[in-house]
Amino acid sequence: MKKESMFGLLLLVIRRDLMLAMRRRADVLTTLIFFVMVVSLFPLGVGPEMDMLRKMAPGVLWVAALLSSMLSLGRLFSADHLDGTLEQMMLAPQSLSMLVLGKMAAHWMVSGLPLVLMAPVLGIQFDMSAEALGILIVGLLLGTPILSMIGGIGAALTLGLRGGGVLLSLLVLPLCIPVLIFGTGAVEAVSTGLSVASHLSLLGALLVLALAFTPWVTAQALRISME
Amino acid sequence: MAINWFKYSAPTTFYGLAGKLIPWFGISAAILFAVGLYIGFFVAPIDYQQGEFYRIIFIHVPASIISMFLYLIMAGYAALGLIFNTRLSSMMATAIAPTGALFAFISLWTGALWGKPMWGAWWVWDARLTSELILLFLYLGYIALHASIDEPRRADRAAALLAIVGSVNVPIIYFSVKWWNTLHQGSTIKFSGTSMHVAMQQAMFITLVACWLYAIAVILARVRSIILERERHTKWITELPEVK
Repeated sequence: MKKESMFGLLLLVIRRDLMLAMRRRADVLTTLIFFVMVVSLFPLGVGPEMDMLRKMAPGVLWVAALLSSMLSLGRLFSADHLDGTLEQMMLAPQSLSMLVLGKMAAHWMVSGLPLVLMAPVLGIQFDMSAEALGILIVGLLLGTPILSMIGGIGAALTLGLRGGGVLLSLLVLPLCIPVLIFGTGAVEAVSTGLSVASHLSLLGALLVLALAFTPWVTAQALRISME
Repeated sequence: MAINWFKYSAPTTFYGLAGKLIPWFGISAAILFAVGLYIGFFVAPIDYQQGEFYRIIFIHVPASIISMFLYLIMAGYAALGLIFNTRLSSMMATAIAPTGALFAFISLWTGALWGKPMWGAWWVWDARLTSELILLFLYLGYIALHASIDEPRRADRAAALLAIVGSVNVPIIYFSVKWWNTLHQGSTIKFSGTSMHVAMQQAMFITLVACWLYAIAVILARVRSIILERERHTKWITELPEVK
């Protein structure tokens, strides 16, 4: 009975945040447009040689995904903080970690998932092979939730600070480096003919670790920021 | 007679103790630096592979070792402050961060100076250089977060949480970067014997100790100023001879 109610709570928070995001579609679209724009700037910066672009593609797509997820992290708690909803959530008898996990999941669906769906189109612009594209998408599917979850810690710590956005990136980006390495490593393994499984398993392991710890740590960070 | 182990965990008593200890650590650091660098620069023989260039090792290696240890010590103090709510632990963590960042920077800088004659490049993207750079970023993030929160209590606790998350992440980052690329020479000092000349070992050990003593002296001096700043409204501060 108790377990079911926890799960129900998770779904409730996700549905609420998704509905709020749908009411303000512009926010979702800006992140996506930023992602597309950053990726499109690279060929303009380094030149149109296809060989080089093909080599760079996984790195460019991953770094762009990292940056655009940073961009949207500021909104994870700030709106609820401003109108006092967050305080009510912390007073609620249910587990704050579960609430936070729901918010992270909704954040990923709004800002991570569109990037994953958009990535193949951009990958084709960089002339990536079908196999490499497939691995890129699997990697992004495993990796972008980790970005949302680690970012959640940073968003909670910088809640309500001046210059929070830049500070947030400064705190979170170094912690996201392993995700970047394994995500791009998997795609590079395809092109060199090595096994992809090791990189993807490590990404999966990071995802499980993040799922277990980040909601709790974020809840603690929120308590520190709100006291 | 029972010893009160926690006597110096109060800023009131620690302030005086730190003031008495600083000259000892500072002077011995200066002497050991002089001795270690003399042995390193004049006594130690020329390396058969790297010529005179290797001598930067006497700065580079101690700085790298200390920058890594200081992060763990900082996270340890931060955790103590977060768990037991002791004022001095949080102050110590705050005092350690700039020194740690300084040593990380020195390590990168001397590494670049060493890399130019050895590898022919100021910077190569190898595992150890990259993880040292990330370590510097972690220090800077800690300092930036602490500096941007005005209320000291919230600043301490938020930065402490960040330091703990960072220290959990350090091994993950280290291994991911290591698998990503490795070009750096393997470590020369191993637990089973070493391939170094005795004078080189002595010089490196002495400069390492000197760097530790310097780090402790500077951290104690910084913690004294933090105590003065944070407790400036208390009575004991206003009664201090140097404040009157």
